[in-house]
Amino acid sequence: MIPIENNIIHQQSSHCESGVVANMLNSQGFSFSEPMVFGLASALTFVYLPMIKVGGLPLIAYRMPPKAIISSVCKKLGIQLHSQKFSNADEGMKALDKALSEGKLVGLQTSVYWLPYFPEDMRFQFNAHNLTVYGKNEQGDYLISDPVFEKVVTCPADDLKRARFAKGVLAAKGLMYVMDIPKTTVELEPLIRNSIKKTAKMMNGLVLPFFGNKGIRFLVKKIKSLENKPKKDAALFLGNIVRMQEEIGTGGAGFRFMFASFLDESSLLLNDNALFEIAQYTTEVGDLWREFAMKSVLFCKNRKNVSLDDVAKSLAVCADHETILRSKLLQWSK
Amino acid sequence: MKKDQVPQDQCKSYDGHKKLMYAVDDKGHYQGVSSSGWEVEGFATEMAVQELDNKVSEMKQALLAGEVSPIAYYLPFFRFDLMSLAHATGFFQWQIKRHMKMSIFIKLPLNKLNIYCDVFNIPLQELKQPVFKK
Repeated sequence: MIPIENNIIHQQSSHCESGVVANMLNSQGFSFSEPMVFGLASALTFVYLPMIKVGGLPLIAYRMPPKAIISSVCKKLGIQLHSQKFSNADEGMKALDKALSEGKLVGLQTSVYWLPYFPEDMRFQFNAHNLTVYGKNEQGDYLISDPVFEKVVTCPADDLKRARFAKGVLAAKGLMYVMDIPKTTVELEPLIRNSIKKTAKMMNGLVLPFFGNKGIRFLVKKIKSLENKPKKDAALFLGNIVRMQEEIGTGGAGFRFMFASFLDESSLLLNDNALFEIAQYTTEVGDLWREFAMKSVLFCKNRKNVSLDDVAKSLAVCADHETILRSKLLQWSK
Repeated sequence: MKKDQVPQDQCKSYDGHKKLMYAVDDKGHYQGVSSSGWEVEGFATEMAVQELDNKVSEMKQALLAGEVSPIAYYLPFFRFDLMSLAHATGFFQWQIKRHMKMSIFIKLPLNKLNIYCDVFNIPLQELKQPVFKK
């Protein structure tokens, strides 16, 4: 087999989707940081869906649903996104090889569970993990830039095929995508302003009580009501929140630090001190989320001085501060 | 979070890897900082992994006692829940629940068994007779 190795600049990221986009753009000379990608996509949010259970625990998310970042950023920056799905797995692998031989960097949606380079405890049935393939070696293994890893990795063809075509919730169906960067330059200032405005507007929540600030307050109530449940159930419930907030690659505090980093970068770009102050405030908000995670785990560990009420209160403080953050962001982006 | 406050707690679940966090320097500007884990997060992960492991060993005992079929064992083993397995196999949840009974499982036709083999990526023999790995 003739090895292929296309040019890639691999930089470790916190989150797979924003990381893939940043790496694919940077490698083509279109320089964007991960936080900038995340911010421009208005990807920050909060969602608590008690009726959708994952492994018996409710769905909690701190960002917009999978694929939102890719499509939103491409649209805003005028990037041509060519994506393909396949009904036949072999055809999907052939199309990948063809794109690689044409010198392209190829983004893939995959299932974390079937990627052998993931540590055992991080493997779970999640079908919307993004990575970039940049080549193939002599043994026929694929060269992969998985943005949440420090270094590039390799993956045998069979495993990659399985990961691309795993069935289930959010099944990728072999989704692959290529990004062609625009020839024209992009005016960032209005894009930044609009994306911040959109994020701020979403922060209040929609009509339903599951999103944004309403979602957070709804979760506060739920945590208080865990008082009537067995201790173990309450612990698993809180543990799930902490995992969604900290474990699954959010850059800390459920993407709040990444968003603050976006605001910070934007303030330097626009030379806007008011925005920098909002970035610092967002850092404080992030610190409050970290405190909430810590209190949750202290409760799980049976520390007598931490009650469910303390945990709920700590989350309510996050909600209060995000209300203030929202008005600051709205004010700025007016 | 300040740069020097980024936890480096050597989480077991990281298996020697590091993750990227965002934290501020003295002037409040952000940087990416790699972290070997936060004890708080590690505790939550281990609690979840422990819970899964408990379910797997519980099902293993039930399987050995003839109370459930191998499907009931493999569901937590491959980190599925009823909903995700239903999506992956195309069966309804109530069908999977039936398939978890040994009396129903032994009567399942080959095409249905093959669907499970495909989703779990194991040979038919192993679906019928689970090989217990440490």
